[in-house]
Amino acid sequence: MAEPVAPTDRSGPRALGRLGVRLGGAVFVLWAVASVTFFAVRLIPGDPAQAVLGGPGSQASPEALAAVTAEYGFDQPVFTQYLVQLGRLATGDLGRSYALNMEVGPLVLAQLGGTLLLAVLALGLAWMIALALATWSTRGGRVAARVGSSLEIVAAAMPHFWLATSLIVVFSIWLGALPPISTGGVAGLVLPVLTLAIPLAGFLGQIMRESLMIALESPFVLSARARGEGERGVRWIHALRHASLPAISLSGWAFGSLISGAVVVETIFARPGLGRTLLNAVTLRDVPVVIGVVMIVAVAYILMTLLTDAVSRLVDPRLRLS
Amino acid sequence: MSDLEVQAELAVRSSQSFRPRRLGVAEGVAGLLALLLLIAAVAPQFLAPGDPLVIDPLAAFSPPTFAHGFGTDESGRDIYTRVVHGTQYSLVIGIAATAIGLGLGVMLGTLAGMLGPIVDFTVNRVLEVLFAFPGLLLALLFILVFGPGVATATIAVGLSTAPGYARIIRAQLIAVRGAAFVEAATVLGRTRWQILVRHILPNTLAPLFVLATLGVGQAIVWAATLSYLGLGAEPPTAEWGAMLSAGRTYITSAWWMSFFPGLFIVLTAVTATVLGRSIDRRMRHA
Amino acid sequence: MSATAALTVHNLRVGFGATESVVNGVSFEIAPGECLAIVGESGSGKSVTARSLLGLAGGNARVQADRLDLGGRSVLGLTDRAWQSRRGKDVGLVLQDALVSLDPLRPIGREIADSLRLHTTLGAAARARRVVELLDAVGLPDPAQQVHKLSGQLSGGERQRALIAAAIALGPPLLIADEPTTALDVTVQAQILALLEQIKLSGTALLLISHDLAVVSRIADRVAVMHNGRFIESGQTEQVLGSPQHEQTRRMVAAVPADKPRGSRLSPLDSPATQTVPRSPAPAPNATEQGEIVLEAIGLTRSFRRPDGSRQLAVDDVSFALHRGSTLGIVGESGSGKTTTARLMLALLKPEQGEVALFGRPWSSIAEKDRRGQRPGIGAIYQDALGSFDPRRSVAEILADALGPALTNSRGSRRSPQSLARLTTLLDEVELAGTVLPRRPLELSGGQRQRVGIARALAGRPEILICDEPVSSLDVSVQAQVLDLLDDVQRERGLSLIFISHDLGVVQHISDEVAVMRSGRIVESGPAARVFAAPQHPYSVQLLSAVPRLLG
Repeated sequence: MAEPVAPTDRSGPRALGRLGVRLGGAVFVLWAVASVTFFAVRLIPGDPAQAVLGGPGSQASPEALAAVTAEYGFDQPVFTQYLVQLGRLATGDLGRSYALNMEVGPLVLAQLGGTLLLAVLALGLAWMIALALATWSTRGGRVAARVGSSLEIVAAAMPHFWLATSLIVVFSIWLGALPPISTGGVAGLVLPVLTLAIPLAGFLGQIMRESLMIALESPFVLSARARGEGERGVRWIHALRHASLPAISLSGWAFGSLISGAVVVETIFARPGLGRTLLNAVTLRDVPVVIGVVMIVAVAYILMTLLTDAVSRLVDPRLRLS
Repeated sequence: MSDLEVQAELAVRSSQSFRPRRLGVAEGVAGLLALLLLIAAVAPQFLAPGDPLVIDPLAAFSPPTFAHGFGTDESGRDIYTRVVHGTQYSLVIGIAATAIGLGLGVMLGTLAGMLGPIVDFTVNRVLEVLFAFPGLLLALLFILVFGPGVATATIAVGLSTAPGYARIIRAQLIAVRGAAFVEAATVLGRTRWQILVRHILPNTLAPLFVLATLGVGQAIVWAATLSYLGLGAEPPTAEWGAMLSAGRTYITSAWWMSFFPGLFIVLTAVTATVLGRSIDRRMRHA
Repeated sequence: MSATAALTVHNLRVGFGATESVVNGVSFEIAPGECLAIVGESGSGKSVTARSLLGLAGGNARVQADRLDLGGRSVLGLTDRAWQSRRGKDVGLVLQDALVSLDPLRPIGREIADSLRLHTTLGAAARARRVVELLDAVGLPDPAQQVHKLSGQLSGGERQRALIAAAIALGPPLLIADEPTTALDVTVQAQILALLEQIKLSGTALLLISHDLAVVSRIADRVAVMHNGRFIESGQTEQVLGSPQHEQTRRMVAAVPADKPRGSRLSPLDSPATQTVPRSPAPAPNATEQGEIVLEAIGLTRSFRRPDGSRQLAVDDVSFALHRGSTLGIVGESGSGKTTTARLMLALLKPEQGEVALFGRPWSSIAEKDRRGQRPGIGAIYQDALGSFDPRRSVAEILADALGPALTNSRGSRRSPQSLARLTTLLDEVELAGTVLPRRPLELSGGQRQRVGIARALAGRPEILICDEPVSSLDVSVQAQVLDLLDDVQRERGLSLIFISHDLGVVQHISDEVAVMRSGRIVESGPAARVFAAPQHPYSVQLLSAVPRLLG
């Protein structure tokens, strides 16, 4: 249809309304996540106070049990407990870890920074690798395209734990170039970031290469070439912008998968962070900590999705029109 | 998006730039690997006659040699034999998890796509919430509740892939329902039931085979990850993730204990990806 | 003339990979202010020829020529960098649909300014001023505002103008236009052709590539007909189109439906698949003795919700009647409500007001359950034949299914001899060979697909066929065969047709009665001969005058 698109209103109220809808959705998801975790924990067999203190196997003292029962209101009806729990979450009170004997809120916040740093660096590096690989493999003819595509598929199939182990063997044990344990310092960051970035680059690279190839064969690129635009201009002004769009919308998912990968990477490299905290808590059945981490991750994930959306709208003006 | 949706998206995209041709080298190799993996799963003795659990303390920590192609572990068990025998574990776990995820996904997706806007809205909100537990988080939550072990790990992986399947199925169903050939069937005077059974369902469910192939690779990686983290199968079970977990202690001295099981996970995942895409292309261009 | 020619091509040959050449020794010249049109069907090599002149035939193309001069300077063996400095400056290119031929992510002003940035030393402000001048010159209203818009925010005609502005920004002596009006509505097409003619008159040499003889005849001084990579005929436009010498050219000219009387053949009878007996001459349309009314629209109204929640009327108080054995053509531009009307007729949509009556009985207002039994009486043929077939089914399954569910099992494979006989009869009727039966629609050519579509529509022995743009995605010679086929089956079966199209030539050829639609309303209707000869409504007049005609 060759209907003219009506000039669109981009005024304030509309944008505010859209933001309101998104925020409402985010609050709904958070509420639901909290509810799911609340009821999931109630599914743990046995005394819930016992569960909070580490499950049936733990040797909790009667005093500790009584204290937990009182704090969580386990003697109250379930619905009251639920409301109390929601109220506490709403005020940012994530409860107390008995295994670690400290408040969950500060604990989780302290771990958040390290994981975020890891995720952001890995996302950035993955983008760079993917971009380089896609650009190279669409330029070097059919062989380069094959090689690029194979590298990407293999990279995307690598489990984090194996990649991490192999990197440690090669760079720490054989070459002695980088520390196998990621304590502070830049050198310690290299292997964890690589471990997270390589598989992700495999995914991003595939999607970028495919869309780059389609963009390079599209009529608007032909028009640009016919204007006298060179190869570099064609790529940087036109094709790469189109090719980055699907990869940008993939970045929300990528962030989630990085957080999940952080569980493995932080454990292997003995690096403090949310992932390792989560794994320890699951192993110890430290319920308040698990809930705390899950809530923080959900918030981070939602924020990341909103951010991805915003970047997409920045790169693709068509999204701003309707 | 879920890992699975990304995989499916990539398969669709790669088939767009595909020009039908003879069987490619990659597809041939992947087919051969798949065959070997199947043999290893069904009749491991055929490829590795030894016992994966028998110990031989004298041969402990042997690096890859002629006698022990992949080396031996801390108790002298032959890694090659263990890797081959572990195929069964990994494949069964992967297939079971995929079956759970796909089954739940088909149920949710079909409900959402067929029972009208209210159900659709509800299911969509549920999926949205589940997607806020990215990657392994849902599986970890499940294990928190039901405790670690092979069975829980399998179910956990299945559950955490289900939302992805559901969303793909729903999208496919909605696309097919609006297709021109469905309208053409209405014009021919077919009933809604006939159209559903003869056109909509077959065209919605056709991609499931591709999805399942891609999904098995993903599920095997995730299940191995859980085992590696000590939440699934436990050493000395000859499961790939558990073998890697056991090798972790000796990583400074015996790299082969970690390397070879992991290599098989990568090979399996790559095989699944290549085969899944190949089937997808062939179905599209058939 | 060759000393001043804007373009000289001698013995151009283009091949890809190991396959045989796509262009086999083509030679021509174009003088400043002259328009040469290369005409051919899809796959004739015309677009590859055009792209070779810009050095853009593709990375794996082998381009050879004895001579290839742009503006008197050879471009044979130019390096990439040398080509870049000549493209845009010495030659401009206009492609088919500006929605995808201008970068959809960038404002049109930026796209046009790129040409200036690449070839001039103008500063940003000077470029911006020049862009506005250029847009003004190509007739874009309010150019200062439009420069900031994306191509998706403009109408088809507006963005085609912007694309032309980008191509002529540096005043290249040669402009190549590859199907520049194919995606456009007929009135917009006329405007764009006028713009191209104006550019030509200003002294630019114009190379027009098109599949449409009528479009070409409007502005081309000379025509070259291309077939299998060669020019089979070339010369002055009137001469080539008026008295074509080559067999293929004659076919192409004969296939143009406009101004060919109703019932006359458009395609030669000796096509290999044809087995029909020579036909009786067309019955003269007899306006006084019309058959009974089989299908009637009475005050149909239907609206759709826009994205912003308001409602838009797609069909507004539409009434017409279809008489037995006759064809009602519904013609209109995109967005005029034609397709919505078709869907209302097929009872795929319910009208908000009004009623569709089938054989004098209610049709749109009854329950689908009651309608289902009567559906075989009304068949449909779609523009996108491929999309209308279940992609998982073979032609045999599709047709067996249409013949009736009772005749087949779920896979349509175990067919009774009786149903096989009916299948064969059906295939004969649409002039398809039995070899197509096991194939899937994806493996068929466009013409074969549409024949299968017609066979499916005929399977239920309908009395009425609703055809929605059935030939608009076909090459002109295939279009001619399909139109002839529709004419044949109508005659043999005594069918009544509703024929919806944007193409006035096609509608004129096939219709007894015509209804002209605009913005959801029928602005004029009546006997085809009368409406086309003496249109009353201003819009019909405008529409008809915009139609490109052979040598019109």
